[in-house]
Amino acid sequence: MLEIKNLSKKFNIGTENELTVFDGFNLTINKGECTGILGANGCGKSTLFNIISGVLTQDGGEILLNDENINNLKESERSKFIGRVHQNPSMGVSPSLTILENISLSDKKCQKFGLKKLINRNKIDEFKEILKTLDLGLENMLNTEVKFLSGGQRQSLSLLMATIKKPELLLLDEHTAALDPKTSRLIMDKTRELIKSHSLTTMMISHNVRDALNYSDRIIMLDKGHVALDVRSKDINEKELMKIYNSRNYESSLAEAV
Amino acid sequence: MNSLIQTAIEQGLIFGVLAMGVTITFKILDFADMSAEGTFPMGAFIFAKFILAGMPPLISTLLAFFFGAFAGIITYILHVKMKISALLSGILTMTLLYSVNLRINNKSNVGLFNYDSIFDNMEVIIVLIIIVAIIKILMDLFLKTEIGYLLIATGDNETLVKSLGEDSNKYKLIGLMLSNGLVALSGAMMAQYQGFADSNMATGIVVIALASVIIGETIFKNSKKLKRTTRAIIGAIIYKVIGAIAIDLGLSPQDLKAISAIIVIAFLGYNNLSLNFIQFKSKKVKVKGV
Repeated sequence: MLEIKNLSKKFNIGTENELTVFDGFNLTINKGECTGILGANGCGKSTLFNIISGVLTQDGGEILLNDENINNLKESERSKFIGRVHQNPSMGVSPSLTILENISLSDKKCQKFGLKKLINRNKIDEFKEILKTLDLGLENMLNTEVKFLSGGQRQSLSLLMATIKKPELLLLDEHTAALDPKTSRLIMDKTRELIKSHSLTTMMISHNVRDALNYSDRIIMLDKGHVALDVRSKDINEKELMKIYNSRNYESSLAEAV
Repeated sequence: MNSLIQTAIEQGLIFGVLAMGVTITFKILDFADMSAEGTFPMGAFIFAKFILAGMPPLISTLLAFFFGAFAGIITYILHVKMKISALLSGILTMTLLYSVNLRINNKSNVGLFNYDSIFDNMEVIIVLIIIVAIIKILMDLFLKTEIGYLLIATGDNETLVKSLGEDSNKYKLIGLMLSNGLVALSGAMMAQYQGFADSNMATGIVVIALASVIIGETIFKNSKKLKRTTRAIIGAIIYKVIGAIAIDLGLSPQDLKAISAIIVIAFLGYNNLSLNFIQFKSKKVKVKGV
């Protein structure tokens, strides 16, 4: 369970461009659930993810993960509990290393890295099995450098690497936005499979209302740093959600224009 | 001609150590580290300091490595802790070291002809091959370790390293120390080879090292078996041989710097243009999957 209590965050403090993104923001994400986060650009979705994963520090408020306060942990220390998949497929992999080398690194996640050999030949079959579940033929390309993979293959690998050690919280940051519709569907299905089989607590940012509805248990819509809508996916249909989403987007863009 | 080529190969081996060091920063960490211009003569002066004080040559050479590694820490602090750009951090360290180097022995040129060197008991080329082979093997083994791979990943994608629960800055520090240590070691070897340490011995050395690295990468480009370290060594030797041939053809030594620059430009240009060609070709290759 993730609890965000009384969060506040401002940018460019003290300048004329001062921007308040969050002021007294509260949110609880339930354990084992996938929560879809919707909202227009600039509503604070990415800032929220960056604060949770420790890339940005908040000005005030607390973040508790499974009742433990993670406020004072660095980004790298939070990685012990948090897995994140970014919009850019290259953010989750090391392009100049091979698939085998990448997956071996992620398999050692949050353990002590030392002067032992990284590649463990005994683990290769295990890795092949995991890669097989993606159904992309990556298991036969273990020695291919990741830079030669397509965006979809790379993103599938990123997803696998972020979840190979079961995280307590999985953050999906528009992770299919850079992919074509067919690939995007494949990755979304794979994501759902992973979330269900490991009952991962997940937050998923999306601009695709249908995906958010189909793949999450709960929908949160953010608007100007506040929760504008909080609803179970089964209690709302696509048309209604789309209507609210568009009206919110309209208001935000109107406000920006003024 | 033969002795010219032999000298070129010997110097190429010494510069091979330099090129392996520079490979770590420029190629692996993607960090344009100019400190090498300061750490190369620093290695020479540190060696001179200790050999003059009566230390054995091998120990004095190894000490040059450690002092060079220490200089790498300076660049690390400037870049990571004080947020100065990579390029400027290196230039600042280099400038700082210029004065430090003059202070080490309180003069800008130290003659070493009358002192022991690592080349005393065996043929120069044999000693060099042994040293270069040991460094190459150690570095290859290191790059296969968990820490070695994280060093490569840091140059590739720091976000990934952090997501693995590791502080990517730690690997920048390791890389900078190792790189500058090797550069200083190469400087100490050069001082013994030429018989003196001089404050101007490193002018343009980064370009020479880069030339070696780039030549090494271009030669046998499609051979996957050739390791980065092997390429750096071969590149340095080829660079030196090209220089020797140029002088043999009647070019003056003062033209060598220009030749270095032209070699870098030519090989980089060739690499970039043929890279486009390869990318164009690879688009036609069908890859299974999405």
